[in-house]
Amino acid sequence: MSAPVLALVDPVTGAGHMLSHPFMDYAFVAGTVIALATGLVGYFVVLRGQVFTGDALGHVAFTGSLAALALGVDLRVGLFVACVLVGVVMGALGRRGLADDVVIGNVFAWILGLGVLFLAFYATSRGGSNGTVSVQVLFGSIYGLSRAQAAVAAGIGGGAVVALLVIARPLLFASLDEAVASARGVPVRLLGLGFLALVGLTAGEATQAVGALLLLGLVAAPAGAAQRLTDRPWRAMWVSAGLSVLSMWAGLTLSYAVSALPPSFSILAVATACYVLSWAVTAPGRRRAVPAAPAP
Amino acid sequence: MSGLAAAAGVAAPGAPSLTWNVVADLRQLLAFHFMVNALEAGTIVAVTAGAIGWFMVLRRQAFAGHTLALVGFPGAAGATWLGLPLAAGYFGFCLVAALVIAAVPRVRHGGARSAETAVIGTVQAFALAAGILFVNLYRGFANGVDALLFGSFLGVTDTQVRILLAAGVGALAVLALIGRPLLFASVDVDVAAARGVPVRLLSAVFLLLLGAAVAEASEITGSLLVFALLVMPAATAQQLTARPRLSMVLTVAVALVVTWLALGVAFFSPYPVGFFLTTFAFGAYVLAVAARHAAAAAAGRRASRAVLVATGPS
Amino acid sequence: MSDPSPAPPAVVFRDASVRLGGRTIWSGVDLEVDEGAFVAVLGPNGVGKSTLVKAALGLLPVVSGRVEVLGRPPGAARHEIGYLPQRRSFDPGLRVRGADIVRLGLDGDRWGSPIPGLERLLPGRRAAAARVEEVIGKVGASAYANRPVGELSGGEQQRLLIAQALVRKPRLLFLDEPLDSLDLPNQGGVAALIASICRVEHVTVLMVAHDVNPILSYLDRVVYIARGGVVAGRPEEVITGPTLSRLFDTSIEVLRTSDGRLVVVGQPEAPALHSDRHHADGLR
Repeated sequence: MSAPVLALVDPVTGAGHMLSHPFMDYAFVAGTVIALATGLVGYFVVLRGQVFTGDALGHVAFTGSLAALALGVDLRVGLFVACVLVGVVMGALGRRGLADDVVIGNVFAWILGLGVLFLAFYATSRGGSNGTVSVQVLFGSIYGLSRAQAAVAAGIGGGAVVALLVIARPLLFASLDEAVASARGVPVRLLGLGFLALVGLTAGEATQAVGALLLLGLVAAPAGAAQRLTDRPWRAMWVSAGLSVLSMWAGLTLSYAVSALPPSFSILAVATACYVLSWAVTAPGRRRAVPAAPAP
Repeated sequence: MSGLAAAAGVAAPGAPSLTWNVVADLRQLLAFHFMVNALEAGTIVAVTAGAIGWFMVLRRQAFAGHTLALVGFPGAAGATWLGLPLAAGYFGFCLVAALVIAAVPRVRHGGARSAETAVIGTVQAFALAAGILFVNLYRGFANGVDALLFGSFLGVTDTQVRILLAAGVGALAVLALIGRPLLFASVDVDVAAARGVPVRLLSAVFLLLLGAAVAEASEITGSLLVFALLVMPAATAQQLTARPRLSMVLTVAVALVVTWLALGVAFFSPYPVGFFLTTFAFGAYVLAVAARHAAAAAAGRRASRAVLVATGPS
Repeated sequence: MSDPSPAPPAVVFRDASVRLGGRTIWSGVDLEVDEGAFVAVLGPNGVGKSTLVKAALGLLPVVSGRVEVLGRPPGAARHEIGYLPQRRSFDPGLRVRGADIVRLGLDGDRWGSPIPGLERLLPGRRAAAARVEEVIGKVGASAYANRPVGELSGGEQQRLLIAQALVRKPRLLFLDEPLDSLDLPNQGGVAALIASICRVEHVTVLMVAHDVNPILSYLDRVVYIARGGVVAGRPEEVITGPTLSRLFDTSIEVLRTSDGRLVVVGQPEAPALHSDRHHADGLR
């Protein structure tokens, strides 16, 4: 195969080849912004122990997209509306409402079943090929982004990144120290809701890149790795963003070079590898038994 | 999943239609061999998944079950790619994953701690990613992915039924053997351990049983919807009664009814069985929750109000 | 009453009452805390001690009467108040340094996000970092401030949390049962630290306590809350059999042990409410 051989021999020309295809350009631009957003948002999702919200949003992303398609509307409308709405509702219900795993799991399993119904509607009434649509929504279609779609994705992603950076400090305070932050005037509850809306937005973005089923990995793995690598929160946040973008670039390049690899697989494989490496790198050091300093 | 008769490739005079005569409907249904197979498979799976799922819900391991199910997906896709029977893929991957979970120190349920949930999230996503890789490798997009993820009852072969039966009977036999000590260990770990119950061994054995149950359920419900048979019937029963034996019987009963109804309705309608399964199972759950709340209200008890009794010199 | 202090009182409650969840927690509370004083708020479980602190912070509204903190309504002077809420402990797996927790006390409520490299370049940031180091040194936590907070013991975490409350040089410090999860030696150490902060940094300290003994020798005044009312005054005046018996309207004895500790016998515990057990942890 010429592409990987070329890349090994002369990376610059190889990259040039790759980026000469418009669909790759669009994928890279949109993908980079999406990865930045998921890396930054993911850091807080993992910190706040809200990873399973990401799981739930993945289900909702599928059903929302297919509901939109069944209604004959642009997929992304259903996708974003469903994700942001459900994200905020889960936040409003609060921790008390989310205490029971079983209830939540049941609700979202049913929602997925609903999505399957919409898929069938779409196939029968709209004459769409249900095979490819479900794969696209579940596993992403980053190579299928048109120029306009990539622009929109980059725009929304960019907005999410900016919004997160604005609320990051009080969000960290509220996540670590809710009572004190609240006493200090941080609008903890509002911030929590706003953050979950951001998570919904990011989930919608990530669905276009890696799909509803895999977005959880892009949210959890870079952030998980970052938290193992450093215990300074701001560094961890940026490391998470960096690892996420790295996964995106490496994944896209890999899947271009080896055509048997679907892009969502290779992106996620790199992210997972980063996470595994972070365990390998830090495991021996962390478990050192440090004698507790006697309180003076 | 849709357009049943056409998809089944059966030359029928017309699409099967629902009439008011239930017996005639059933006859229509049972005329097709694949439907008989589907019903047999469904029955076995409902009983096995229901019974084991009951323990899983009790032990609050619902998300371990979910993760096992997702790990089954690359197994099944890989098996298809290599030309092996689906069951090999499902059982192989689910059982190995169960062993891995058993070997790793027990993850705390609920109140998810950030590091542990990042692990689970990554594992789940990677499993699904591997699955789509295998699917891509055998280029089986059309019906393949949907069937693996959301279930299908159309292509259930005689061999599959036999495998499911053997595995199901085996799993239930083991469950019957360890049932009582398992119940004890699930409800009161410390006391059970003190009494000499081999808690760790039982946990490991149960995880293997769970792997088997998940593999079975996945063949009917698909990897993504195992909750419908593994969790929902058990959750329903546990809402209605706290008595273990009654609860277990109810679980299996609900699972069976839901499965038969879903298969029957899906036969006559163009809509997929996965939707009916989850909807009926979830409906049963919601009804049970509503019934419980209504009963509590009728008895005049409000669980959340703290009644203050004035203290002071009497 | 001790010598009248020339400065206005730091905290004033005049005939204040608070309702929560449909019932009146306490009413008709009259209370003055002088600047620079070390005051303990005592009483049985569930009587509303934490509620008093929250009312002073402006986290709970007062339905009647008046509350003034540093001459202003509650909540208006937040930047001059340090607060240590009840029973915080951090998830053992939390990978954030103690020093970062303290730093959040300084600027955690400002919007935006810091860029790690800039710390060393901007003078404002350097001053902030220096301040954090200084206050960590004051509480004696320098040895372990750079370790992940989840790995630290209860006493160590508590010292860092006190540093967090102090990092903005507050005039007033509210502490809600800071000693209750510590073992005896740590209780003594942290109590001494709080007392020295009160004296040396001239910070007014209002501390809710379950057990008065670790702090008894440092206290200026005591506020004793019961369901029937509130009594405030010097410890030797308030914590006596006759005073408490009148307050609780039941027979109470105060015994003094050979090592100077006080034991209150006969104090009725308020019925434990379900909500008492659910306090926000550091991370959930």
